[in-house]
Parts: sequence; structure tokens; C-alpha cells
Amino acid sequence: MNVLILGAKSDISVALSKSLAREGHHLWLAARDVEFLDSLKSDLQIRYGILVDVIQFDATDFTNHQNWFQSLETLPDVVVTVFGYLGEQQVAETSWDEAQKILNVNFVGAVSILNVVASAFVMAKRGIIVGVSSVAGDRGRQSNYIYGSAKAGLSAYLSGLRNRMWHAGVHVVTVKPGFVATKMTEGLDLPPALTASPEQVAELIAEAIKTKKNIVYARGMWRWIMMIIRLIPESVFKRLRL
Amino acid sequence: MAAKKELTNWGNFPSIEGVSMSFRSNDDLRYLINKNTNAIVRGLGRCYGDSSLAATVFSSAGFNKILDFDAAGATILCQSGVSFADLVDFLVPRGFFLPVTPGTKYITVGGAVASDVHGKNHHVDGSFCNHVSEMSLMLDSGQIVICSRVQNSDLFQATCGGMGLTGVIMTVRFGLKRIASDHIEQVSLKAQNLDEVLQLFEQYRRATYSVAWIDCLQKGKTLGRSILMVGEHASTPPPTTNRTQKLSIPFFLPGWVLNKWSVKIFNFLYFHKQIRKKAKSKVRLDAFFYPLDSILHWNRMYGKKGFVQYQFVLPIGAGKEGLREVLTAIADSGRGSFLAVLKVFGKQDTGIISFPMEGYTLALDFPIQSGLFEFLDQLDLLVKKHGGRLYLTKDSRMSASFFESTYETMGEFKTVLRRWAPLGYWQSHQSNRLAMTKP
Repeated sequence: MNVLILGAKSDISVALSKSLAREGHHLWLAARDVEFLDSLKSDLQIRYGILVDVIQFDATDFTNHQNWFQSLETLPDVVVTVFGYLGEQQVAETSWDEAQKILNVNFVGAVSILNVVASAFVMAKRGIIVGVSSVAGDRGRQSNYIYGSAKAGLSAYLSGLRNRMWHAGVHVVTVKPGFVATKMTEGLDLPPALTASPEQVAELIAEAIKTKKNIVYARGMWRWIMMIIRLIPESVFKRLRL
Repeated sequence: MAAKKELTNWGNFPSIEGVSMSFRSNDDLRYLINKNTNAIVRGLGRCYGDSSLAATVFSSAGFNKILDFDAAGATILCQSGVSFADLVDFLVPRGFFLPVTPGTKYITVGGAVASDVHGKNHHVDGSFCNHVSEMSLMLDSGQIVICSRVQNSDLFQATCGGMGLTGVIMTVRFGLKRIASDHIEQVSLKAQNLDEVLQLFEQYRRATYSVAWIDCLQKGKTLGRSILMVGEHASTPPPTTNRTQKLSIPFFLPGWVLNKWSVKIFNFLYFHKQIRKKAKSKVRLDAFFYPLDSILHWNRMYGKKGFVQYQFVLPIGAGKEGLREVLTAIADSGRGSFLAVLKVFGKQDTGIISFPMEGYTLALDFPIQSGLFEFLDQLDLLVKKHGGRLYLTKDSRMSASFFESTYETMGEFKTVLRRWAPLGYWQSHQSNRLAMTKP
């Protein structure tokens, strides 16, 4: 398979690349930091002897997404969007720059590129789209609702897209990681029992591609945690410090 | 965003409040350098003390890609965060092994250079940096410099064993050892005392690997009672065996578990479990090189207060007598060390302040208990008296004056720092304690 990974610098992407490389897939790695991607390309080629292509990609360069995707040599079989920006909630509450960046990277950028991908897949009547969203999108909480609302938007988008694409034979997977120990979260104190490694998340994504799952929580217990969080009545929820 | 955390290395002492931020590319690192005023790079935190602790730590653990592997020339080019564990997994099935490895594989290539690590083959192969042909470093200006024995050789020599104080080690090219099997032919020999074990070291000086486990509680006629282990890479691949499961110490054991008596019992059993004077066996690479890695978090055995690993080297000229004097002081103190390891070093060619020198090195663990630091200060005096010094990678407590008087090449090292790191950007808790970057 040809797999395009958008946001290939993230720790989840690196782990996913390794997992897919082990199975011999041809990888297209896309992110802004090409120097990083070149180092990852060498590593994957040396360890697994697979084909790897590196392409520069900026999730917020919306106007160029159409041309960017059309310039790919062939149509990928799988497109995975992993890019994201956690940002700082407290800064984003007052700084529009920060809030806009969070919304643009996590939501607008994903919609922009996936619209293009979806059109191409509909024409080809095949393809798998994997969108990495977040449990943060399942309910807005005071500690990260700007990031959470962007991810909620992404989850809703993916849900609608899955519905539309099904009729064209295209499958859409929504991945909702909980806490993951990555560069994105390295400054945070995460509870070890609830925190997944990037490798664990990558395995779940690889599995979801194979078995065409719809919504995957990583790790699985987050499905139940978020179900409980969603069930709390708003009159109670608004008083909590979550 | 980045929160302060209590950072400790393998000895769980000292504990320093700091912020750890990781880099995955040159651009990431340049950004971190610009955002901060000083820092030290940290890999997997397997040095014992404070060599890689500071208020600001740049973690290289994600800078871990293999960039080139030349099987014909037996060399590899790695980013500094690649771990030895990762390399063993990659190399061994391809018929190669690390040129030099310490007793744990949970270290990074960058750490191996910064500490100029040694292994059981130092007497024949030298230290790790002996096998490094070229490195690239990022200076505090964000500029990347290539160095080798011929290009910017002052920077190269200062970086080998230079504790990360010259700049950030980015990529390292080094030579590999070809192996025909993933097993080691091991011979264990019992020695009743120091004379006997040193004689055995001499007798087996052509063996590729040699190290002795020594019972530090023995006195008098049995002072230095030990078991010498020598090994060679097996020449034929043995039938494959299943990997052993890893054990783990899930929590800190109470401090009293290890005491003079429990260590005595352990040492007695260890020495006497081998009945014959000489025993041969064929063991897996992991079992031979990394016996303790099979017990994850073995450092928790020493309790929450942590422990100090005291490793010194005495020059060959100090001879047996020097070693006898230090061993007697340790035995008299009754402070047990589970894991005392004796090794004869060969000549050392690389590194301005690299630890090894031709002579004898002994490594001991001491749980932190009252009176320990005073006792170690006494040991320092003996080490100094015989012209020896301590391994910075294990150290967490020596004094600046003792350090300066035992590392005579510090002046030369500082000259190189003035040229390549004039702002003193790279600082650790240890380098400040020992005034290593003070002009």
C-alpha cells in the first residue's frame, strides 16, 4: 500500500511509520520540517528496506492544498492526518493569534486537506482516510476547550465524511487518543495508568486501517471514561474543575 | 507549558528540579538554544549522578535515527539519541556488534561519547571514542561543526569524554565489530585473593573481554577474593533459544534490605555457586554484557535515598599495593557493595579528560547512609595518593579541589572550551559543582 502521513514529525507518526514499514508499505512522509523527515527516511530505509518519499507540507497553507495533493505522483491508498497543535489554553483565552493557530492547525487545516483527498478518493472509488482527533473533542472542559473545540469540529467532520464516503466505497477512521506520552505533552504531568505510548497508539491505528474500524479510542478505556464524562449533566459539569 | 520536575539519574541521587525539553531535529534544537540561557543535554539518564542534570535539560532521546549503515566498511552513522539497546537489536542479526559497550545497553550514542564509555575489552580495544571516526556538534551559536582526529581535532578530543560541555553531539560515525554468533564463549575463574586475580588478568590479557567480580568484604589472606570472567565471541551460531523474560523491581526497597550481612550472604553464595576453579559456558550476548539489564529498575534496590557508585582508576605504576590499600580501607569500613567490579585498563589514546588510563579500575555501589560521604572523602585521599582519579559519569559528590588535582589535563580542556563554547552555555549540576567551565 501507499500510505501518506500528514504531520509525519509527531511521535505517533514516527511510531506509525515504523509499524507500517515493518509490513513493507511504501510511505510518503509529509510535514514542515523536511530535515527531520530526511533523517526518518534514512532510518526507515536502513532498518526495513522500504520505499520512503519525503514531501514538505504545511497544514495551514490552505490555498495550496489542492495543488499540493495533485502534485503527488500517484493517488495514495491511505491518507493519515496526524498533525495537531495543543497550544496553551490560558494564552489562547486572550490571544487571538494562539486561539487561531489552534483552530487552524487542528480543524481548518484538516478540513482543507481532507476535502481534497475525499474528492480524489470519490473519483477513484477507493481509499482509506484516517483522522487523528482527540478525546478532548468529546466534551469541552475549562482546561483545554479551545483545542477541544477544534478537535470536536474535526470529529464531527470525520463522522460526516465517513457517512458520505461510505456510499463511494471509501472508508474513514476517527482516532481519539487520550493522554499520550509525546513531545506535545512532555511538559505535562500525566497519570501513568491512563497514558499511552506513541507505539501503542500506532498499533491501534495500524489495526484500524486493516480492520476498517470507525472510531478508535487509544487506549480503549478512554471510550468508557469519555462516556461517563459525557453523561454528567451540564448543571453539574459546569461546576467541576476539569 | 513546560513544567518543572524532579530529575534524577540512575543513582537516584542527587535530585534536581528542572525542565526537560526534547529535540528531534536541528531546527528543534536551535529553537531550544535560543529560548534558554544555558542547558545540558541528557540521553537516557543512565549516568549515576548529576552529569546530565541541570535546571534546563535538552533531551536527545527523540533524536534517534540511524542515518547510514555501511556493512562492507563496518561503520554506522547515528544521531546521538540512538540507544545501544536499539543498536544491539539492529546490528546482531546483521552479524555486527558494538565496538565497545558498558554494562548497560540503555544508554545513547551521544552519552557513550560524552562519557567515553569503556567495556570489558578496554585492554585490547580501548574506549568507545577510540572507534569514533567523525562527529558533528551543534555549538551554542546554532552552527554545526564537523570534527574528527584530523578536522577540528581539538574539539574532537575535548568532546570524547567531555561530558557534553563542548556542544551538542549531533551525529556520530563509528566502527563496528563483526561477529559470527550472538553468543559468547565464557570462562569463569575463581581467585582466592588479589594476587591471584591480577595474575589471572595477566594470564588472560589476550582475551577480548575480561572483568572480575570482587568480594569487597574479604580481608587479610582472602582480600580481593574474586571471580574473573573472560569471553570471546563464539565462532559458530548455536541453536536459537528463547529470550528470557525481564524481571523488574516495581518499587523502592526499604533502605535496610541491603546491609553488611545480606551482602555477605550474597557474596558467599555467589562465590561458592561455582564449585570448580574454572568453568566454561556459552551464554547469550545479553547475559554476558548486560546481566543487570534483565532486572529493570535494579537501582530501586538501594531504596529511595539512592546510592553512589564509586569508580576509580589507579595507574599501573601504583600497582597491587595501591589497590590493596584501597580494598583494605573498604573492607575495614564494612560498607558492603553488592556489585564490585574490577577491571584492568589498557592504554588510553582518546579524549582530553576521558576517564580511563592504563591501570586498575574498581567500581563499587554504596547505598546512601550516614557517614558515607565522609568515608568516600577518605577513599578519595587514597586514590589521589596513588595518582588515580574518579569516573565523572558515576560521580555525584567529589569536591572541586579533589577533581582539579586529579584531572591534570583540565587546563587543556578549558582552552578548547574557550574556543568552542566561550559563553559557557553548556553547564550541568556536576560541571558547576566541579567548576569545569570556569575559566
